[in-house]
Amino acid sequence: MNILIIAVAVMAGVGLALGIIIGIFARLFRVESDPRVDLVVELLPGANCGGCGMAGCSDFAKAVVSGKMAPSKCPVSSSDQVSAIAQALGIEAGEAFKQKAVVLCGGDREQTMRLASYNGIIDCVSASLVAGGPKGCTYGCLGMGSCARKCPFGAIEMINGLAIIHKELCVGCGTCVAVCPRNVIKLVPAEAEVHVYCNSPLKAPAKRLVCKVACIGCRKCAKAAPDKFLIEGFKATVDYSHTPLPTAEDVVAAACPTGSLLTAEEHLQIEKHDPDWSAEKK
Amino acid sequence: MKSNSKDYLSFDGGIHPASDGKSLSEGSPVQRPPLLDRYRVVISESVGKPPKPVVQPGDLVKKYQLIAQAEGFVSANLHSPTSGKVVGIVEVAGAMGIPVPAIEIESDGKDEPCEPMPPLDWKTASAADLLARIGEAGVVGMGGAAFPTRVKLSPPPEKQIDTLILNGAECEPYLTADHRLMLEKPRAVLEGAAISAKILGVKNIYIGVEVNKTDAIEALNKHAADYNIYVVGLKVQYPQGSEKQLIDAVTKREVPTGGLPMDAHCVVQNVGTAAAVSDAVTLGIPLVERITTVTGDVVKNPGNWLLKLGTPVIKAVEFAGGVTEEPGKLILGGPMMGFAQKTFDVTVCKNTSGILLLPQSDSIAYDPSPCIRCGRCVAGCPMGLLPCLLGSVIEAERFDLAAENHVMDCLECGSCAYVCPAHRPLVQHMRRAKAEIRKQSKK
Repeated sequence: MNILIIAVAVMAGVGLALGIIIGIFARLFRVESDPRVDLVVELLPGANCGGCGMAGCSDFAKAVVSGKMAPSKCPVSSSDQVSAIAQALGIEAGEAFKQKAVVLCGGDREQTMRLASYNGIIDCVSASLVAGGPKGCTYGCLGMGSCARKCPFGAIEMINGLAIIHKELCVGCGTCVAVCPRNVIKLVPAEAEVHVYCNSPLKAPAKRLVCKVACIGCRKCAKAAPDKFLIEGFKATVDYSHTPLPTAEDVVAAACPTGSLLTAEEHLQIEKHDPDWSAEKK
Repeated sequence: MKSNSKDYLSFDGGIHPASDGKSLSEGSPVQRPPLLDRYRVVISESVGKPPKPVVQPGDLVKKYQLIAQAEGFVSANLHSPTSGKVVGIVEVAGAMGIPVPAIEIESDGKDEPCEPMPPLDWKTASAADLLARIGEAGVVGMGGAAFPTRVKLSPPPEKQIDTLILNGAECEPYLTADHRLMLEKPRAVLEGAAISAKILGVKNIYIGVEVNKTDAIEALNKHAADYNIYVVGLKVQYPQGSEKQLIDAVTKREVPTGGLPMDAHCVVQNVGTAAAVSDAVTLGIPLVERITTVTGDVVKNPGNWLLKLGTPVIKAVEFAGGVTEEPGKLILGGPMMGFAQKTFDVTVCKNTSGILLLPQSDSIAYDPSPCIRCGRCVAGCPMGLLPCLLGSVIEAERFDLAAENHVMDCLECGSCAYVCPAHRPLVQHMRRAKAEIRKQSKK
C-alpha cells in the first residue's frame, strides 16, 4: 500500500515540476501571432490548392493581412467570401478575375486514332516519353487522367479517353495546367462558353489523318463572327481577350464543318452520350 | 582467346541477356541496297541547334552536297545522300514520336557525287584543320546521341584529356553494325582513332571490344600496332558500351556524379564515328550513309546494310526481305535502350544503329506487382543506384526523394527492369522522374 502511495506521489511531483517548467518556457518564448491571420484562414475555403500562387491558405492569409495580396486573388472563394474577408480586415476586396480551366481537345477514343498499343504506366508524363504517346495526335489530350488525379476539387472527369473539366466545380487554380505534359489545358475567362476543341498547330491534312474532329483552319468561324476568333497558323482559337466572347449563336452561325467549335455544354453532351453525334450532325 | 569471359575487364553491376540475338545478323557482310526514288533527310537529327537548310525546292543537288548548314556551336552540317531534285521541306515522323522537319530529295537514279573535299594527310595537317574538316563533313556521334564530333573533340581547355577510348563494345543485343564495321574496315576505324587522338593531343588510345567479337578483335589487332592503339577485350556484360562503364572497365576511373567523361580525363567515341572521321579526312567524304543492322526474329533475311540518310524504315525492312509474320514492335536501336516506334514512316538518321522488329510473342505487357525487396536491381545497376527504392518513391510522386537518391545519374539502361521478378516498369519510373525534375529545375 505504501509503495503505491509513494509511486503516485512521485509521479504527481514529477508532473507538477515539468508542468511548471513548461509553463515558464511557454511564457518566455511566446510567439506573437497576428489574430487577423487566423481570422482570414478561418474565412478562406481552406482548399490549400495553391491557385493564388502562395504555398497554401495560411501563406495567402499572411500575404493578405500584410497587404501584399488582395483577398480576391483566392480563386476558390466566392465573391461573398471575398467581401467578408475584406470587411473583416477593413480593406479593398480587389478586382476579381475568375478563370476556369478547359481541355482544348475533342479527340476522344472514337475520334482520334491510336497509333500504338501502350502498355506502360498509366500516367500522362510517362506515356508522353514513350514515342510521344500512343495517340495519333501529339498535341491532344492523352487521356490517362494525370490531371484528374491531381485536381484538388475533383472537377475533372475522364470520359471516353478525354479529360473533361466540369465548370461548376473548377475554380481555376491551375494545378491541371501545370501537370499536363501536352499543354492542352488552358485557363480562360470564366464567362467563356464557346471553345475551339483542338490544340494541334499542324497542317489540316496531317491532323485530319489522325483525328476526325481537328480544326482545319477553314476560317468559317472567323468569317461568321469577325474579332471573336483568331487564326493561329492552321487552327482557330477563341479570342479570349475580346469582349463580348462568342456565344452559342456564333457556333450555329459558323457551322463548323469538323465539329471542333462547340459550346462547353455541347462538348460535354457529345462525350457523355453519343460518340457519333458530330458525324450525324454533318 | 579464352573461351570464358570471366577474366576480362569490366565494371560492377550490369546483366547479360541469355540470348543476345546477335547470331541472326553477325555473319552477314554489309550490303549496299538499291537506290530509292526519294529520301527524306531529317534536319534536326543531331543534339543541339538544328542546321539551317541551304537548298530551295526545285534545286538540283549532287551526292555529298551540303543541304543544311550548321548554326551555332552545337550543330552539325547535313549533306545530300544522293543526286537529284529537292522537293521541299516536309514533316516526317521523328524517332522520338514527334513530327520533325525533313528535306525531301527525289533521286535522279544516277547517284552522282559532287566534287569531294580535298583529302587531307592527317599526319601533317594541323589539329585545327582536321577539326574544321570533321565539322564540315557533319560527323556526329553514331552510337546514339548524335552529338557533334567536332564539339566532342574540342573539350574546354581547363579539362585535361589524356585518354581516348573507342567504343566497340556493342553491348546491345541484336545489333551487329559496329561488329561488321570493325571486321570489314578495321583500318578506317583505327585511322579515325589516330586522327581524333591527334586533335585531342593524347597518346593513350584504346579500343574496347566485347570478347564475343573475337574475329573483330583479331582484325583490329592486325593493324593496331601501326597506330599505337591498344585493343582491349572486355567481358560480355550489358551495358559495357555505356561511356561511363567503358571508362571504368578500361581505365578504372570513375566519372563523378553529374559529370562527363572529360571529368575523368577521357573522351569516348563510337567506332562508327571514328570510321566517319577517317572518311571525312582521308577521302573528303561527308557523313551521308551509315551501317545499320536490320534484324529481329520476324525479319526474313536479317543483315547489315549501308543505308543512306533519309531511307524510310519500311524500305530498309523491304531490303531485308520483309517480315515473316506481323511484327509486334518496331524499335530503332537495340532492344534495351532503343526507341519503340508507332509508325514505319520514320527514316534512317545518323544515329540509327539498328532497326529491330520483335514478334508479337515478345511484345507482351506484364502486370507489375509490388516490390519484394529482393535487391536484384541493386546488384544489376551499373551506376550503383537503388532502383527498388527509386521506383517506390517515384510511384508516390516524391521526386525530391528521387533526386536525393541520384535518379539523375540513371542511364536508363534497363538492367533493373530486365532482372526485376515483379516486372516493375522501373526505367519508365526513372524517365518520368527525370522529366519532372528537369521541368522543376527549369522553373
